[in-house]
Amino acid sequence: MSDYLLSGGTVLTAAEAVNADVRITDGRIVDIGTHVDAGSAERVDCTGAIVGPGLVDMHVHLREPGQEWKEDIASGSAAAAAGGFTAVVAMPNTAPAIDAGHLARYVSDRGRQVGLVDVIPAGCITAGMDGERLAHLDELAAAGVEVFTDDGHTVADAGLLRRAMEYVAARGAVIAQHAEDPGLARGGHMHEGQISSLLGMAGLPAEAETVVVARDLTLARLTGARYHVQHVSTETTVELIRAAKAEGMDVTAEVAPHHLWFADDIVRTMDPVYKMYPPLRPPSDVAALRSGLEDGTIDAVATDHAPHAAHEKDVPFEEAPRGVIGLETAIAAVAMKCNLDARTLFERMSVTPARISGLVEHGHWLETGHRANIAVVDFAVPWLVDRFESKSTNSPFKGIQLEGRARYTFLSGRMTWRDGKVEA
Amino acid sequence: MKDFLTVEGFERAELELLLDQADSFVDVLRRPIPKVPALRGKTVATLFFEPSTRTKLSFDRAAKALSADLMNFSPGGSSVSKGESLKDTVLTLKAMGPDLMIVRHQATGAPWQVAGWTGLPVINAGDGAHQHPTQAMLDALTIRRRFGKLEGLHVGIVGDIRHSRVARSNVFALSTLGADVTLIAPRTLLPVNHDGWPVTVTEDLDAVLEGLDVVYLLRIQAERGGLSVFPSLPEYVARYGLTQARFQALQPDAVVMHPGPMNRGVEIADVVADHERSLILSQVENGVAVRMAVLFALLGGESNE
Repeated sequence: MSDYLLSGGTVLTAAEAVNADVRITDGRIVDIGTHVDAGSAERVDCTGAIVGPGLVDMHVHLREPGQEWKEDIASGSAAAAAGGFTAVVAMPNTAPAIDAGHLARYVSDRGRQVGLVDVIPAGCITAGMDGERLAHLDELAAAGVEVFTDDGHTVADAGLLRRAMEYVAARGAVIAQHAEDPGLARGGHMHEGQISSLLGMAGLPAEAETVVVARDLTLARLTGARYHVQHVSTETTVELIRAAKAEGMDVTAEVAPHHLWFADDIVRTMDPVYKMYPPLRPPSDVAALRSGLEDGTIDAVATDHAPHAAHEKDVPFEEAPRGVIGLETAIAAVAMKCNLDARTLFERMSVTPARISGLVEHGHWLETGHRANIAVVDFAVPWLVDRFESKSTNSPFKGIQLEGRARYTFLSGRMTWRDGKVEA
Repeated sequence: MKDFLTVEGFERAELELLLDQADSFVDVLRRPIPKVPALRGKTVATLFFEPSTRTKLSFDRAAKALSADLMNFSPGGSSVSKGESLKDTVLTLKAMGPDLMIVRHQATGAPWQVAGWTGLPVINAGDGAHQHPTQAMLDALTIRRRFGKLEGLHVGIVGDIRHSRVARSNVFALSTLGADVTLIAPRTLLPVNHDGWPVTVTEDLDAVLEGLDVVYLLRIQAERGGLSVFPSLPEYVARYGLTQARFQALQPDAVVMHPGPMNRGVEIADVVADHERSLILSQVENGVAVRMAVLFALLGGESNE
């Protein structure tokens, strides 16, 4: 394994942001300081960049097993490395769904073989995501699963969700909910409001999300379980979470970069690239999400990276599959739209999502002795989003000039991304 | 004008010009030989991905009256049933050389995509619950021919407005042309949000009945995509059906319109449908003339140079 000297950057340690060099040897940080001896280590120029903890995305769809024409663990890992990520939590709605131990192990093993990012499987709450029977929760936990979710579907049956919460509460695992009431959302393709009414498209009202979150908070209170709201999209949800936190509940939430950037008016273009669930919301919700992330009500950014092949998206909006990719554009999108200093940004995109997801090796401020999971991010560099490491290109940022990009990414001391290229 | 996809964004004078042209085509259609050579040598393709009888026939008739050649595509038993995508279907048809495509599709926005993929002029013959611009223009023509104007007329659109591309087109076309439009339906059939729509909205038909010059009825289905949107047809008829009693409460020169196909005894009473003040068959006749005018505007002469 190569040794590196990260020189000239601003290093985020637990105590401060300091102009220092970072020496990586045998996968670990061995020195942080101003006169670090390079020795045989390769000198890596970090001038003008922030040297922070590797980013953690607790919500990605890598499509393997079962839908490898959209993405696989190799291409998804490359996209993650390009985005500055060192760990991703892979959602379990694959084919088959990750509802048993051997399936979860397959995902983490494939991630290790690829070696570009730590791939941590999330496990289903219900078997085959059928919403009726519990998945093999113990097996999943034994295989390293810390996040349980039926993402893509909502666990609509309150009784079943209560039992899942009760069962995992003692393990300290988290129940993460894709909050979308099936009755209120039925037939919807975009946010229900002024734009959907003009377009004549059935909509998903904001309340499809909030009624589920409100109900789930009641169940979390009943069971004492840790509860996490995935891809928050509405102002009312932010308020519900704020109130629950004020009450002392163990509740967390994430927001996706596209919900911080775009509002539902862009759907007037009827371009299916803007179709995802939850849908893009009106500007008032976008503003509430930004301030919710800024003040910490929303704990984490998660991309909901959801690749779909070009031919699948090049169809009418209502017939298109839901979802956008996001790993490669996330940090720039968040940095540009939210008023966050570098430390807070890394907190929302690394430290906190690692803690929520139970990832002990990730999300640490730089410190001697720690495993070298590091992202070196240049927040000033402009770049045009025009090509992707992902197999798919369904990005709403395509063609947009962003500012800020990972210059280097290190996973356990191994460089995985160098100045625009994946280090294979 | 390259395409005719929506009535939104047009100036009043532009729509009036189209109606003037359509008026002249009504005259053509009443001649002993109802045909002009305006589009001789042009080929028009109709692509109806959603079942349609009257609109498709009306476009066929309009194209033939302008001496255009026709290519007709419908998905039944075609490549679409074998899983071909919309994009591949329209590119395949484009390769056969039509000059223009007329597209009806169950999904909002599909005609815009067809225009983008093919680069051909496209007429939207109805997309989802979004737009059906030639329907709105034929309705405008029908009202104008009856009253001599649209300015100041009060048009009440009654029924399933939420799921109606006819209503969405008429709201913008008729108001641009100077009419006052009121939407009348139970809340479950009104658009969820009508901010910025040039309309008045009410749930009470009887309260506005006597002020209406035109009662425009929409087809009613008790089930919309598996959603129950009102309790029962009799309950709908009791509040919103144009019964004989309600018809008699109208002003003596008020007229009744319906885009078809109608459900007699539901949104419209039998005797009302057949009354002299029902313009339903005039709408059908004027539809051919309006579609001729649109085809001519897109493919004929200097207007599109």
